Amino acid sequence: MSNTDFVLAVEDLTVSFDGFKAIDNLNLYVDRGELRVVIGPNGAGKTTLLDLICGKTRASAGSIKFKNEEMTKLPEHMIVRAGIGRKFQTPSIYENLSVFKNLEVSFPRGRGVFGALAFKCDDEVRNKVMEVAEMIGLSDRLELESGLLSHGQKQWLEIGMLLMQDPELLMLDEPIAGMSARERELTADLLLRICKNRSVIVIEHDMAFVSRIAHKVTVMHQGKILAEGSMEKVQADPKVIDVYLGH
Amino acid sequence: MTFDEIYNITLMQGFAGLSLFAVLLLMGLGLAIIFGQMGVINMAHGEFMTIGAYTIFLFSSLTESLAPGLIQVYFPVAIVCAFLIAFTFGWLAEWALIRHLYRRPLDTLLATWGLSLGMQQLFRSTFGPKEVSPTLPDWLMGSWAPTEGLDIPINGMFVLGLTIFVTGCVLLALYKSRWGLRVRATVANRTMANATGINTTRTDRLTFAIGCGVAGVAGAAFTTIGSTGPTSGSLYIVDAFLVVTFGGAASLWGTVVSAFGIAQTQSISEFFLSGSNAKVLTLLMIVTILMLRPQGLFAAKVRR
Amino acid sequence: MNAIKNWVTRGGYASFVILALILLVAFPLLMDIFRLNLVGKYLTYGFVAIGLVMLWGYGGVLSLGQGVFFGLGGYAMAMFLKLEASDPESTAIQSTPGIPDFMDWNQLTELPMWWLPFKSLPLTLIAVIAVPTLLAFIISYAMFKRRVGGVYFAIITQAVALILTVLIIGQQGFTGGVNGMTDLKTLMGWDIRDDSSKYILYFVNVGLLLDAILLCRWIQLSKLGTLLLAMRDKEDRVRFSGYDVSMFKVFAFCLAAALSAVGGAMFTLQVGFMSPSFVGIVPSIEMVIFAAIGGRMSLVGAVYGTLLVNFGKTYFSESFPDLWLFLMSALFIGVVMGFPNGLAGLYESHIKPRLMRRKPDAPEAAPAASTELHSSVATSPTAPADIGLSGKVSSQSA
Repeated sequence: MSNTDFVLAVEDLTVSFDGFKAIDNLNLYVDRGELRVVIGPNGAGKTTLLDLICGKTRASAGSIKFKNEEMTKLPEHMIVRAGIGRKFQTPSIYENLSVFKNLEVSFPRGRGVFGALAFKCDDEVRNKVMEVAEMIGLSDRLELESGLLSHGQKQWLEIGMLLMQDPELLMLDEPIAGMSARERELTADLLLRICKNRSVIVIEHDMAFVSRIAHKVTVMHQGKILAEGSMEKVQADPKVIDVYLGH
Repeated sequence: MTFDEIYNITLMQGFAGLSLFAVLLLMGLGLAIIFGQMGVINMAHGEFMTIGAYTIFLFSSLTESLAPGLIQVYFPVAIVCAFLIAFTFGWLAEWALIRHLYRRPLDTLLATWGLSLGMQQLFRSTFGPKEVSPTLPDWLMGSWAPTEGLDIPINGMFVLGLTIFVTGCVLLALYKSRWGLRVRATVANRTMANATGINTTRTDRLTFAIGCGVAGVAGAAFTTIGSTGPTSGSLYIVDAFLVVTFGGAASLWGTVVSAFGIAQTQSISEFFLSGSNAKVLTLLMIVTILMLRPQGLFAAKVRR
Repeated sequence: MNAIKNWVTRGGYASFVILALILLVAFPLLMDIFRLNLVGKYLTYGFVAIGLVMLWGYGGVLSLGQGVFFGLGGYAMAMFLKLEASDPESTAIQSTPGIPDFMDWNQLTELPMWWLPFKSLPLTLIAVIAVPTLLAFIISYAMFKRRVGGVYFAIITQAVALILTVLIIGQQGFTGGVNGMTDLKTLMGWDIRDDSSKYILYFVNVGLLLDAILLCRWIQLSKLGTLLLAMRDKEDRVRFSGYDVSMFKVFAFCLAAALSAVGGAMFTLQVGFMSPSFVGIVPSIEMVIFAAIGGRMSLVGAVYGTLLVNFGKTYFSESFPDLWLFLMSALFIGVVMGFPNGLAGLYESHIKPRLMRRKPDAPEAAPAASTELHSSVATSPTAPADIGLSGKVSSQSA
């Protein structure tokens, strides 16, 4: 299966750290416009999977194809430029810069050294910043130093920084960790809105949240895929229950 | 030159390299403990070595003037004191300076450089700008000639023995003692180590002091191959850092291997080239290899 | 006029204008040519210091080998001047006339191939910038592409500084060895040693330095400056926003190297010689302290820091040589522990708020700037306008 319609096709992916296989012969396919949630107990390899896809960790074997392009050999910034965005577990924003600057810097123009020197913040950039700020609910905070935002707002800002680049695949690592109930609601709405014209992979633990947003759920355990399918199907799977409720 | 001569010369340069190896290893070992285990760059490490060297000098002058009969036996006692004095100064430096700068590695580097400048001037004010040499006991002099045309200096072998002994002690302490366990736990996970009741502040201080103490022993070893001046230590600091990075910062075994490699390259090429060319060649080789393999010779692969 | 005023206040250039006035007006009026030449020499280190502000303050990359680039720039210039000073007539007593004296002393009978480009001034000027920048590119590309940074990078740059010094000292016949290149006389027939040319060189030097500050300020205000700051704090976020982080660091390192090289070349021209003692580990790390004292985030501060430390060094090493190293030691430790943002940081946190408080109705920073401006001019009327001339006379007679 080398040519597919999938946005993302991960095949036979393996990575080992000094003999320990954090990801073991894993296969994963994500459709266009799909919102996939990956769940699993701690240490199942969820974050490592995202690290492998975005190039932070290099695979020992296997392939990762994004729109039929092989990603495993590309440097990180080329993977991003191909259209894969990644949000980290803890909010990773430029705390000393204003919200506006955070978004502006993420705009995908002037990415080379000399391009960055010549970069001008024109209307196109400004409009995009406004549009994204509107989406993440920070329109009235644009001039605020982003370090002063609340935890939830920082998470949204980082999602916004990814949206600036219009990625075709967005990967979010526990986006609602540490959020209030109200913020979780808003985040769920945001995710459902942004997956309209792109694919999204979310790692999450909160089952209520997962069942609210997921099109399809993948359960990982010990670097392998344990089960895959709709939320109901996965929740009824005896293997999954076994892993989550103990042996 | 016949083959035999080349063989003997290579062997002799090799043995001459062993003294350099000893000093580099002892310096590197102290640095590796401090840098590899605590992430602190100690630019004043060379001056802790100088402390050790001056201690030997002080002991030899005192023995000569007060108890000339003991000149044959003062050396081992002086080595122990070199360790203890450097250890004490290291303890003080950690308390006064280093502990405020954890997690700011580049700033530590500048602050310890400042410390090294101050210590150099202190040496200059105390011992004068001239280089000094201790009177070494007779049994350290001379050489051993197992075959014709082959001369192996005894002080080199003594220093080598000392180095092996100290290295053994350090490895033993790190992997078998309570302190070693605490150090390794702190390296692996500082917060967790704290939570399990390890006094990480105390562990850090002890680690830093032991590293400095080993540098003091390096200074003692140094007195057998060169004379001591206020800036003697600073001549070795870059080499010592290269030894540590070349070996792979977290690996003490790597430090041993790289110290040996660097000392031998330097010593053997010194015979065929001029001294400065040999130095340039050695340094260039290290820097090139480090550029190609920045993690050093021995490095662990960790899941991050 | 208003446009200039706007430019000064909006872009935060008030401090720049003050510095320019001090360097271009106050110093030349107040000092004799001997002192002014000394200041000119210090200011050549200022190039290194502002390079370090870009590299270390903004880029978060500490180099302990800036002396390498300062030295390469200086040596390139010195080689040209040395060749000009070694024409066959003035070296007629040598066994091989027409080559630099140190080559003759080391039994060289022919000018080495790689010296030939330095017979031409344009090629020399290109080499002053190109050679150090190329070396910086090679080092930094190899290291940053492999994600070597922080402490490791600092150590490698230090090793490079050691290599270059040992090489220069060891290759006496080609480089002049430990004495360096001395007896430099003329630049295209123009005597660089007399007082009028020292004045000209001082102003050229200050002009270049001020231009360099403006260039760096422009970079800081561009997206590249924002990215450098962003990288320093959240490198991974920048990388996963589609930027090749390593190339930005390479750029910062090459920029710092090129600036240092210009400083080195100006040093050679103003001081009249170049030696390995400006290349090695110790001068390199001292240059870092210039930037640290001034404030690693402030271009203008770095220049003040450079001047201050060097005035201090000259004063103390003349009057109390034993104290100087202790003082230097205290400076290193104090600046790191006590005020990591240097003089500029102290100004921002202590003096500026007070200035602002005194004039609560004053719009922005303009009034504070203009008072400073007046005070710096106010000191000069005490001295007659021809002080430059009289100073010149006295130093000539001395």
